Amino acid sequence: MTVLPPKGGIGVPTPLVDGIEKVTGRARYTADLRPADALAGAILRSPVSHGILRGVDTTAAEALPGVLAVVTGADCAVPFGVLPIARNEYPLARDRVRYRGEPIAAVAAVDDRTAAQALALIRADIAPLPAVFESAKARGPKAPLLHDDKPGNIEREVHQSFGDVEAGFAAAALVREGTFTFAEVNHVHLEPNATLAEYDPERDRLTLHTTTQVPYYVHLTVAQCLEVDTARIRVVKPFLGGGFGARTEALGFEVIAALLARKAGGTVFLPLSREDTFLTHRGRPQADITLKLGLTADGRLTACAATCVQRGGAYAGYGIITILYAGALLHGLYDIPAVTYDGWRVYTNLPPCGAMRGHGTVDMRAAFEALLDEMAADLGLDPFAVRRVNLLTAPATTLMGQKVLSNGLAECLDWVERASGWHKRRGSLPPGRGLGMACSHYVSGTSKPKHWTGEPHAVINLKLDFDGAITILTGASDIGQGSSTVVAQVVGEVLGCDPGRLRVISSDSAVTPKDNGSYSSRVTFMVGNATIQAAESLKAILVEAAARRLDAAPDQIECLGETFRVAGIQDTGLSFGDVVREALIDTGTITVKGTFTCPVEFQGDKAIRGSAIGASMGFSYAAQVAECSVDPVTGRVTVHKLWVAADVGRAINPLAVEGQIQGAAWMGVGQALSEETNWRDGRGIATNLLDYRVPTTADSPEIEVHIVESLDPNGPFGAKEASEGPLAGSIAAIMNAVHDATGVRARALPLSPERVFELFAPNGA
Amino acid sequence: MTSVLDLTVNGRARQDLVEDSALLLDYLRDVAGLTGTKQGCDGGECGACTVLVDDRPRLACSTLAHQVAGRRVETIEGQAKRGRMSRLQTAFHERLGTQCGYCTPGMIMAAEGLLRRDPAPSPEAIREALSGNLCRCTGYVKIIESVQAAATEEAAP
Repeated sequence: MTVLPPKGGIGVPTPLVDGIEKVTGRARYTADLRPADALAGAILRSPVSHGILRGVDTTAAEALPGVLAVVTGADCAVPFGVLPIARNEYPLARDRVRYRGEPIAAVAAVDDRTAAQALALIRADIAPLPAVFESAKARGPKAPLLHDDKPGNIEREVHQSFGDVEAGFAAAALVREGTFTFAEVNHVHLEPNATLAEYDPERDRLTLHTTTQVPYYVHLTVAQCLEVDTARIRVVKPFLGGGFGARTEALGFEVIAALLARKAGGTVFLPLSREDTFLTHRGRPQADITLKLGLTADGRLTACAATCVQRGGAYAGYGIITILYAGALLHGLYDIPAVTYDGWRVYTNLPPCGAMRGHGTVDMRAAFEALLDEMAADLGLDPFAVRRVNLLTAPATTLMGQKVLSNGLAECLDWVERASGWHKRRGSLPPGRGLGMACSHYVSGTSKPKHWTGEPHAVINLKLDFDGAITILTGASDIGQGSSTVVAQVVGEVLGCDPGRLRVISSDSAVTPKDNGSYSSRVTFMVGNATIQAAESLKAILVEAAARRLDAAPDQIECLGETFRVAGIQDTGLSFGDVVREALIDTGTITVKGTFTCPVEFQGDKAIRGSAIGASMGFSYAAQVAECSVDPVTGRVTVHKLWVAADVGRAINPLAVEGQIQGAAWMGVGQALSEETNWRDGRGIATNLLDYRVPTTADSPEIEVHIVESLDPNGPFGAKEASEGPLAGSIAAIMNAVHDATGVRARALPLSPERVFELFAPNGA
Repeated sequence: MTSVLDLTVNGRARQDLVEDSALLLDYLRDVAGLTGTKQGCDGGECGACTVLVDDRPRLACSTLAHQVAGRRVETIEGQAKRGRMSRLQTAFHERLGTQCGYCTPGMIMAAEGLLRRDPAPSPEAIREALSGNLCRCTGYVKIIESVQAAATEEAAP
């Protein structure tokens, strides 16, 4: 097979710039960097869910030959947490343990076996306390408190009210309230967590290679926890085996690896097993949702009242943002005149939850779309018609102050309706088989950064040197989504040069500019815009050099990528190399910078508390149809096909956009049908990939994707996000298809055979 | 206890002193330096460590190194010949059968094993052959397309 020549520019399906490394095994992930003589790190975890940590005796472990360092909570007195206002977790427990599996101590030894022996010699003296594992019990009057400053175990309460909800319900032809419960799920990024920490005692410098989506946050957190200057730390993100939100905050193991390396005075490799990775968790919290909607006879939404209780686990993490998101993205999909939202984020004695693809919004959206489907049926309305009558017309400002400047949902609806044969096939499928549809949306990056430093929201550097090669230096973390490919395409598009000139170097704090990280689908939008600016600057320099050389004015110069000439003159002009040589005279190596900052008017409405969450410059939209069948004997649900249409603004790389949409919709299938963490009295009994059921090729549907390009005025070339929006819709489309197939409405997820069977025959009837 | 292990890895004969309890996965990664073979779980759950032993897919995390004494072991590093990718590698690259890339070596080796025993597999046969290999990024759509494309290429004259 001939290898296709590399293609440049936007809108062209483009294989990943680092794809060859991935398919040949040359890509180095964190564990692949382990030097043969690195010390082996290992973590001792709490065997109890809640207790007073009276002491940790490490004497015997320290005396074991081959052990170079033992660390406990005594080695780090600085709490960490991704939100500056909610730092209540220590890398190693101090005084209290709050979940089973919480790190208590860690060792660095000459090999894995010695490290394991050392862990077995550590004695932790823990006086058990009563523990709570459910939100409702944790909020009860007699519940033990996890954190003394959080009465009722409430991490954050949110109460928001917009418009006249009571009047809205009074004006409705149909009002219905539903309660829903969604199981907690885990990201299951395929590469388990790991950190390689190298400490140089002579220079007092620390280098980390780690499995993160946010090297910058890791850098800050390690500096804070080790109480060292940030200048002495270097953080590198090697190839990363997925993230999906799990790695959007610095995690305890990264600090532990650094503590061990410093104490041992050398290099420590700290790998986490799959079980450890489940215990580190940060997944989507179990959620109890009540939702009340009002509809007019023709299906217009008159009001929405929602509540959400999230079982957050033992520490803060992203919790405040997650509970805010659940309310914030009630807005922005449909035009609703009145919305109330009440949310409670609850501490429980379980591993901490965090951000996961579609952060905070997925369960609420799925509940909304399921209830809307149910109400549409009762009013005798087609589900598509109900969506269409409530569409938000861009430009619009939502009740929460979100600005929607582009919206291609109408086109998404048209496509999935047509492609699935909705009107012809729905109602005429064999018994036990049905179609369901739903919509969803998501932000293209959070406009207000978590750290208010005053810096731009994205920075990128380009270096052009004597060799005519352009090195793109970006802090953006490519986690498999293809961000390095996007920046190369953008530079290629602006300059029009041979893509063979372009190289991307990413995510090394010693080399690349700071980037906030890969989360909230911010990278294409923000880094993409910064890249356009940088490439335009470089182009201007080249055009000026060409003008100088050709004795013309810059605006007379035509840049044809590899050739520069005076417009309108039949001359061969200058080659790229000629122009580079001219441009380097007197200046030498050229470096240019591009930046991007979300304007303050997109950062939420200051008059609305919490409105910075869900404030974005662009919203992606998606519609989908699911075709499912249900086995009447076993209750097993099979998803045969998903049709997904997504408005991504502009598909800079249609190949990667398709892949992201397929991956997001498929992740919804797993959450809808089988995925569920399972903690029994705080003990993880699904902390492996057999009991935690990720769909395999054998139970994954066909997924047909259609890309809609609404060309957002603020997006780079009109682009918006593509990888989070479609997730929630596939969950609801499956719930609705199961109803179409069987007549039963699911209110609890996942739709495991047991749950579906229970719906068929409640209480064993 | 350690013993001498004789085997062929990616076409080269090797002789190493290997612990009797060493897993094939650790032997390949730590002794042979072939880190393309990945570990994604705590044993036999994810398929990321799939290699070929005498042309058949096998989980390197659930195989002792000494169990493959005298056998032909192939890993992802052996698939490209003189720097040119195999048909499966090319298809996975060009059709985005890889996103984060972590499952990719195991996925390609499982697919390679399939194509050796069934050069023109049906979509169902591809789904069955890859059902022990988890991918969390792609929803498998482009993986299955990649294998189909490589098989078509193979079947073509």
